[in-house]
Amino acid sequence: MEPFQTFTGLVCPLDRSNVDTDQIIPKQFLKRVERKGFGECLFYNWRFDQDGNKKADFVLNQPKYAGTSILVAGENFGCGSSREHAPWALQDYGFKTIIAPGFADIFFNNCQKNGILAIRLDKEKVEELIEAATEKTLRLTVNLEKQTIEGGGFHFTFDSDPYQKELFIKGLDEIAVTMMHEDEISAFEKKRAKEA
Amino acid sequence: MRPRTIIEKIWDNHLIHREKGKPDLLYIDLHLVHEVTSPQAFEGLRMNHRKVRRPDLTFATVDHNVPTTRNRETKDPISKVQIRTLEKNCKDFGIELADIYRPTQGIVHVIGPELGLTQPGKTIVCGDSHTSTHGAFGAIAFGIGTSEVEHVLATQTLWQKRPKTMQIKVNGRLGLGVAAKDLILAIIAKYGIAVGTGYIVEYTGEAIRSLSMEERMTICNMSIEAGARAGLISPDQTTIDYIRGRRFAPAGEAFEKAAEKWLALATDEGAAYDRTIEIDAGEIEPQVTWGTNPSMGGSVSGSVPDPDSFATEEKRQAVKKALAYMDLTPGTAIRDIPIDVVFIGSCTNSRISDLRQAAKVAQGKHVREGVRALVVPGSQQIKKQAEKEGLDKVFTDAGFEWRESGCSMCLAMNDDIVPAGKRCASTSNRNFEGRQGTGSRTHLVSPAMAAAAAIHGHFVDVREIEKVH
Ligand code: SF4
Repeated sequence: MEPFQTFTGLVCPLDRSNVDTDQIIPKQFLKRVERKGFGECLFYNWRFDQDGNKKADFVLNQPKYAGTSILVAGENFGCGSSREHAPWALQDYGFKTIIAPGFADIFFNNCQKNGILAIRLDKEKVEELIEAATEKTLRLTVNLEKQTIEGGGFHFTFDSDPYQKELFIKGLDEIAVTMMHEDEISAFEKKRAKEA
Repeated sequence: MRPRTIIEKIWDNHLIHREKGKPDLLYIDLHLVHEVTSPQAFEGLRMNHRKVRRPDLTFATVDHNVPTTRNRETKDPISKVQIRTLEKNCKDFGIELADIYRPTQGIVHVIGPELGLTQPGKTIVCGDSHTSTHGAFGAIAFGIGTSEVEHVLATQTLWQKRPKTMQIKVNGRLGLGVAAKDLILAIIAKYGIAVGTGYIVEYTGEAIRSLSMEERMTICNMSIEAGARAGLISPDQTTIDYIRGRRFAPAGEAFEKAAEKWLALATDEGAAYDRTIEIDAGEIEPQVTWGTNPSMGGSVSGSVPDPDSFATEEKRQAVKKALAYMDLTPGTAIRDIPIDVVFIGSCTNSRISDLRQAAKVAQGKHVREGVRALVVPGSQQIKKQAEKEGLDKVFTDAGFEWRESGCSMCLAMNDDIVPAGKRCASTSNRNFEGRQGTGSRTHLVSPAMAAAAAIHGHFVDVREIEKVH
C-alpha cells in the first residue's frame, strides 16, 4: 500500500443514494483473476449503452470531470455485494478518496484495505460539495494528518479511526502488522486445542 | 458475571489481542472460499511468499459461475480460468475443494451447514456478503473482501471493530402460508436497508424459536440486506438436532459435550442490546418486492405505491427511479403484475424444505404458457434428496426446468440470465438493477409464492391456494 498523507484532486459528484456494488462494477466483470484493469468497467451500465457507446449524460462521461480523483456521493454508498472489485475499479479509474454521508460496512473496510480513503461527512456538507462540483470545477485538498478537506471556499474536518489513519499514513501492509502478533495467535491456538 | 448476549460471548471467546484505539484481533474458526473472490487473495500470498496458515480450517467450493446444465460444461473461457485457478490454488495450498463433480458441491452457504462445518460459537468468514446465513446456528458469520480473505488465509485472524448489538424480537407466530422469507422481507420493508449498519443482529422471540434450521438460515441470510454485518440466532435443541451426525460435526461423546457448550452460548436472561426492535409475526402477509432494493416491497395484497406518498424528496426520487426501471405504474395491484421468468434457488431459498414448499404448489399444475421457470437446488445433496422424494418429477411434469446446483440466476454469472426487460419472480435475496442480467427486473418472493407465480403467470396470494392449507 502506498502511504497517503495529503493530496489535491478534482471532484466528481454522483448525486445518488444507495449506490450498490453491482452498479459500481457489474458482475459480468468479476471473472478476472487479477486486481488490475477494472477501471474500464466502473459504473459500466451507467456509463455505456447496450452497444458499448458512452452515455453522454452520465457524470463520468462529461469532459469537465476527466482526471477526477475524488468522488462525492449520496448516502449508504457501496451497499450490496461484498466484492472488492468495487474499490479496485474505483481505484483503477483514478479515485483516491470517496466522500459520502455513509458507507456500507464491508465496502468501507474494503476501501481502507486498498488505500482508498472513504470519508464520512454530514449530509448537508456532502450536498454542498455535490452542488458546487456540479456547477463549477471543484478541486479539494484532503489532508489525512490534519483530517481536513479544503478548497473552493470549503473548510471541513472529518473523523478518522486512529488505527486506520496510522496504516494509511505509513502505507502499512496489514498482514505484516498481524504477523507481529504471531506469538499470541499460536498461544490462542494451543489453548484452544487443549480445551477441545 | 453480568449477563451477556451470544454476540459478546462469541466475540470474547475469539479475542486474541485488544488495544485501545485499535480494532480487536479475532481468531477465525472457519474460512469458506469460492472462485470469484479468492484468486487475487491467493495471488497476494504467492507474491509475498506466504502460506495458508490453517488449510484444515479452510474449505472451498465452486458455485458462483458454474453452469447448472447437466453436462456442466463451462462455455465461457473466463469462467473456466476462474474455476481452474481455484482448483490450482486449493491443490497448491492444501485446501479441500468441493469441485463441480463432487457430491459435496453446492452454494457455499448451503454446503457449510449441510456438511456440519457450520457450528454454534464459531467465527465464520467468506468472501461473500451472504455469509450471514451461518449465523442461524448461533455463530458470528460475516462477509469479507478479498484483502481480508488474503489476511485470513495468511493469519487465520481478522482485525474487527466490535460492532453494536441489535435485537430483533419477533413475537407471535407466522400465519399459515407465510414463510420465513416473508418475515425477513417484511422486516426490511419496514425498517429499511440501512437499519442494521454497524450492528450484529440477534433474532429472538417466539416466532424465531418456532422456525426450522432452514427457515432460520433464510432469515439470517438476508441480514445483510438490512445493512447488518451479521445476523444470528441463539442455538437451541433445533440447532443441535440439525448438526448431529453431519460429516464435520463432533461424534459420540464429543458431540454431547459440544452440544452442552453450544446451548450455554445462548444470550443470558437480562442481557442488554444497544438497540431492540419488536415486531408481530401475526401481522405479516406474503411479500413481493416491487422496487430495486429489498426494502421496496410489501404485501401481495397491496399495490405499487405512488412515489408522492413517501415522506422525503430523496425517497420520492428513489421510488420514481425504481418504478421507471421496473416499468411499473403506481396503483397497479401486485397480483396484476405479469411474470416472464421464475427462479427458485439461491442461498436464501434453495434448501430441501424450500423445494418441498414450491413442489406442493406446483403438484399437478402447469407453468403458464410463455413463462420460463427454473428450479436450482442449492447443493448436490439437496438435489439427490429431492430426486429421492420425487420432487424433480413434480417440477418437470409441471413444466419447470430441473437443474444442477449453483448460484445460477441469483446473480447471472453463468448462462442462467433473465433477458433485458423481462420480469422475474425470484426466491433470491437481491433485486438490484441488472442483478439477474442487464435490464432484468426482479421481484423477491418466497418459494411457494414463486411457484404460484409460475403457474398463474402473475402473482397470487399462496394462502388462497387450496394446497397450502
Ligand atoms: S446464491 Fe446468490 S447471494 Fe447466495 S452466494 Fe450465490 S450469488 Fe451470492
